[in-house]
Amino acid sequence: MSARRWSVALGAALVALLALVPLAGWHIPWILPSTVNVLNATGTLEVLALCFIFGGVALGYDVLFGYTGLLSLGPVTFFGAGVYVFDIALTHWGWSLAAALAATLVVVLVLSLVLGAIALRVGGIAFAMVTLAFAQAFYYLVEDNPHNLTGGDTGLALASSRLPGFLSGAVSNTRSLYWLALVYLVLVGVVVRVVLSSATGRVLVAVRENEQRVEVLGLRPFGFKLVAFTLSSLVAAGGGVVYILLIGTAVPSAVASTTLTLSILVMVVLGGPGSAWGPVAGAFVYVYLQQLLLKVAAEPSFASLPAVARVPLSQPQFLLGALFVLFVLFVPGGFAGAVARARARRTSRRPAAPVARGDS
Amino acid sequence: MTVLADLTFSAVALSAVYFLAASGLSLIYGLMDVLNFAHGLFMTLGAYAAWDLTTHLTTQLSAPLNFAVGVVAAILAGGLVAGLTELWLIRPLYGRPISQILITIGLDLAAVGLLLGGFGSNSLSMPVPLWLFEATHWGSLNLPNADFVALIAGVVVLVGLEWFLRRTRYGIIIRAGVENRDMVRALGIDVGRAFTLVFVLGGAMAGLAGLLNSVVFSGDLVSPLQGDGLLIFAFIVVVIGGLGSIRGSAVAALLVGVVQDFSNYYLGTHPGMAEIGNLSVVLLLAVVLEWRPRGLFGGTL
Repeated sequence: MSARRWSVALGAALVALLALVPLAGWHIPWILPSTVNVLNATGTLEVLALCFIFGGVALGYDVLFGYTGLLSLGPVTFFGAGVYVFDIALTHWGWSLAAALAATLVVVLVLSLVLGAIALRVGGIAFAMVTLAFAQAFYYLVEDNPHNLTGGDTGLALASSRLPGFLSGAVSNTRSLYWLALVYLVLVGVVVRVVLSSATGRVLVAVRENEQRVEVLGLRPFGFKLVAFTLSSLVAAGGGVVYILLIGTAVPSAVASTTLTLSILVMVVLGGPGSAWGPVAGAFVYVYLQQLLLKVAAEPSFASLPAVARVPLSQPQFLLGALFVLFVLFVPGGFAGAVARARARRTSRRPAAPVARGDS
Repeated sequence: MTVLADLTFSAVALSAVYFLAASGLSLIYGLMDVLNFAHGLFMTLGAYAAWDLTTHLTTQLSAPLNFAVGVVAAILAGGLVAGLTELWLIRPLYGRPISQILITIGLDLAAVGLLLGGFGSNSLSMPVPLWLFEATHWGSLNLPNADFVALIAGVVVLVGLEWFLRRTRYGIIIRAGVENRDMVRALGIDVGRAFTLVFVLGGAMAGLAGLLNSVVFSGDLVSPLQGDGLLIFAFIVVVIGGLGSIRGSAVAALLVGVVQDFSNYYLGTHPGMAEIGNLSVVLLLAVVLEWRPRGLFGGTL
């Protein structure tokens, strides 16, 4: 079997194993993020489902960042739009699941085409700043609670009466929501693979490497960049829909804040931008560590530590930020880059090409 | 008419804070191609340094002197942290612009996390002279003294910066570096030192902006996230003004301040439009980009 076949088989085996987790009631001490040390406890399943969701979002974001070389600071605009449009359509307007999904798709598609067309008029750093400004405008908008639609800072709980039974918010449904999140991740993985290995995907990488040359070849980079922007927006919005189904409440600080944008960026960079599995691995490590650190900080023995150790260790944001700084300095290309280098060293062939993208 | 004049005055004061926050960012970007996400952190640290000193000295010094100490502390803290950031984190990553952006993001996350752990997420109140709360009456006009302080700080920094960039040796090196970094290096000039200098200058201005933002617009409160909020507007000002242009930043800051204040005053009272000021600033950004993608003064980008 070729290396490609192997990696597909490995991925499929991993997905199959993950799909079986809700059925495994093993007792595992210490490393689970839930206070109940059982593998299929609701808390653990919920954290793993979040890992899947942000794994998918990170993968979609990487199409734009790692492959096309565009640093967007606005993925939350579309993640948040997915959350809020879906939530509002179900909760306020009482639409059916299919109608709410269709509305979300249309709104996010139009929004990403319009905002993308404006933001892509500038490149590089200015693009990052403009997408950030749009994301912030979106945040202000939902925080403002226009016509009592979004619920502002108090949040908007998802009314689950119009949802099919297995998806409604009951705790007993965490298992089916876990599977839904896994399906979302697999679906995103397949779509992203298909797009990136198509002719369009090759042009995206060419835009990253040398935009002028693409233009000289008679192609318009703008259209391809807009495709990448829209694809990653739709993926983010899909993640938002699964998120609101899982969590059940939309709060601006959790689904539309700059902090979430930066988290997504950190996930991608930890894992390795421009690699097949890096962003997913980064998202797993980030989300899992964050929850685990919160659990550790809540332990009673933790309070007895001196303040010098307790204060930094009780802040996942500090630990993950510091980890991120160390990775940027010492582990270029993240997990995927480290694995590629280790493999190159073992087979003592010529070193693999660096995985970090966008630096020039 | 009075309302209009009062409103214009407070808008210009707001603009002064935006200018202080944005000009350093713009210089850093213009010279080094670094989008400095930690600029918000420098603002926050400036405000916290001032808070820390003024609350501990408040019994020993008279109020105005205490406030002056706070101003100096904010400037020094911002400049010092920015200089160290350049030396320790940015310098090892020369030639890797994306990694430089990422590391400033990581620094911002980690340090804000530390502030949240150390001081809590609640705002802290800073002791300031009562004089700052009063207003100067000028005919029928009511001009808040705090706004005067912001305005004077903005004008002094603008004039000082222009003088520094045009008349001093290092200023000219920085301007030449913004124009063409490789050529300056080819002439045998150490651009690295200019990089650190620009970070120190930008950080100092950011520290001052953070303090003024607390004193003038946040009711003397400091909070771990205040700098990141201000940073977004600084970004918008920088993009509208044109990356790397100080005058562009000044004009754009005025524009943003006026648009924000006026739309807040005239439209913000309608139900569901409390955020109209912030939204119209983003709209302004979109319009300017459609019209001039390189910003108002961004010819050399």
